Amino acid sequence: MKLSVIAWGFVAPAIIVIGTFFVLPVFTGLALSLTDFDIYALANLRNLRFVGLDNYLRLLRTPLFWQALGNTFYFVVVGVPLSIGLSLGSALLLHARVARFKPFFRTALFAPVVTTLVAVAVVWRYLFQTRYGMVNYALAHIGIDPIDWLGNPHLAMPTIILLAAWKNFGYNMVIFLANLQAIPEDVYEAARIDGASSFQQLLYVTLPMLKPTLLLVGILTTAGYFQLFAEPYVMTQGGPLRSTVSVLYFMYEEGFKWWNFGTASTVAVLLFGLILAVTWGFMRITKDEVNA
Amino acid sequence: MRPPLASVIVNGLLVGLTIMSLFPLLWMLSVSFMQPGSAATLPPPLLPESPTFANYRELFERGGMLRYLMNSLLLATSVTLASLLLNAMAGYAFAKLRFAGRQVMFKALVGTVIIPGQVAMMPLFLMLKHMGLVNTYGGVIVPGLAGIFGIFLVRQYALSIPDELLEAARMDGAGELRIFASIIVPLLGPILASLALFTFLGSWNDFMWPLIVLTDAHLQTLPVALASLSREHVQDSELMMAGSVVTVLPVLVLFLALQKYYIQGLLVGSVKG
Repeated sequence: MKLSVIAWGFVAPAIIVIGTFFVLPVFTGLALSLTDFDIYALANLRNLRFVGLDNYLRLLRTPLFWQALGNTFYFVVVGVPLSIGLSLGSALLLHARVARFKPFFRTALFAPVVTTLVAVAVVWRYLFQTRYGMVNYALAHIGIDPIDWLGNPHLAMPTIILLAAWKNFGYNMVIFLANLQAIPEDVYEAARIDGASSFQQLLYVTLPMLKPTLLLVGILTTAGYFQLFAEPYVMTQGGPLRSTVSVLYFMYEEGFKWWNFGTASTVAVLLFGLILAVTWGFMRITKDEVNA
Repeated sequence: MRPPLASVIVNGLLVGLTIMSLFPLLWMLSVSFMQPGSAATLPPPLLPESPTFANYRELFERGGMLRYLMNSLLLATSVTLASLLLNAMAGYAFAKLRFAGRQVMFKALVGTVIIPGQVAMMPLFLMLKHMGLVNTYGGVIVPGLAGIFGIFLVRQYALSIPDELLEAARMDGAGELRIFASIIVPLLGPILASLALFTFLGSWNDFMWPLIVLTDAHLQTLPVALASLSREHVQDSELMMAGSVVTVLPVLVLFLALQKYYIQGLLVGSVKG
């Protein structure tokens, strides 16, 4: 048998799986977003109608969709910088020459990453419980009255953001750490000879060298944070006053609670477009800076 | 000479961050051993006054926890084993075998990672429903049989395998499958370990898709079951903490044991990408 045929035999199983269960559904999803697929179509496909861009136009006039979009943006705009800031800060601490017990600290800080989101979201709910929660108990020591974290529409999303930052910062920390270790020592040497202080070395050597990594981590984290779902599902069920309904939570309810697959697919396509636009924006910003 | 002040600050901050990272997990463990109802007192206790296994017993004897644990184990293991084989074969072929359309195919594959899986969710559900796989283990396993990330990871690693090695084996008359099984797989060992760990943890922790596709309680995985238990048992913090421990502990222990491979896979997948 020819080598080329055998080679195809090696890739075919994986390609068929990905093609059938990912690529094909993606295109079907695009098509579904142009139909009124609902519970009647689920029972009998003859009830399916092509509606063009109706779903898109209707969604853009749906207040809850805009609210979900706003909530998700809030989560991304506050959550991503907080997570990445924590990652970078802890990576710099771990990289410091004076840091001790590095393997222990690194493992401890990374541990939340591998935990099950649903389980830690449950834990979080009890930690932030109004009457008996540890957080309010600790705050009481510095004279702060009990806070209704998950029952207050202004505080529920910040509480979810804290959970996400706590759970995720270790991942990017490890990436930053590996890149910090890859910066050659003689660059710092040269900076020191020029009289740069530790802070100046951080500002003018370390951060510029980390820039490509920051971009990559920024894009991946942002794309991930746009897909917020399990935290509100477990902790708040979208409440209070729908303040934690995310785009995906909205999609889940449309699709798998009301069986409006047409609308749900439209939401998914819009989310995809949003992630694409933001990624493109990120690349654009850095490209401009490089050219300038 | 290094000023001791810097050391105090750096290590102090690291200790603070570590407490912040570990406290929720240790608290979860501690509360899971408390007598039912005793965590909801003031001041909230840090350690169980009279430790008990009552919450675990309740979960396993009446909550059906053993069933969920087995479901999670079965699904994560099947997905890991099957996808490991398919991804390894494809990743190796993309790196080392020549065939028409290789470059185009690989580029297209990598390009699709930007698409969030949710776009595929509704059609995938319909397709699996049509195949009779909704509300079966197959509904979770089949879409996970191969993955772009896994193929990419294996390919990056396999690129460093010297061609001479393959040529020599072919000269000796070894078939391609034989070369793959007895030369390539052992060479790919470390990255396959990383990928297995990633896949297992990802599958174990996955929530949205199992939530959608497994509606029968007796088929549910730990995260899905835990989410619905936590809605029923809002007041039973000790019971819920025991449930969380059962869900988190297996993956946490697995990670601690194989940490090296996890971190290595993470770095191959992101830094060199």
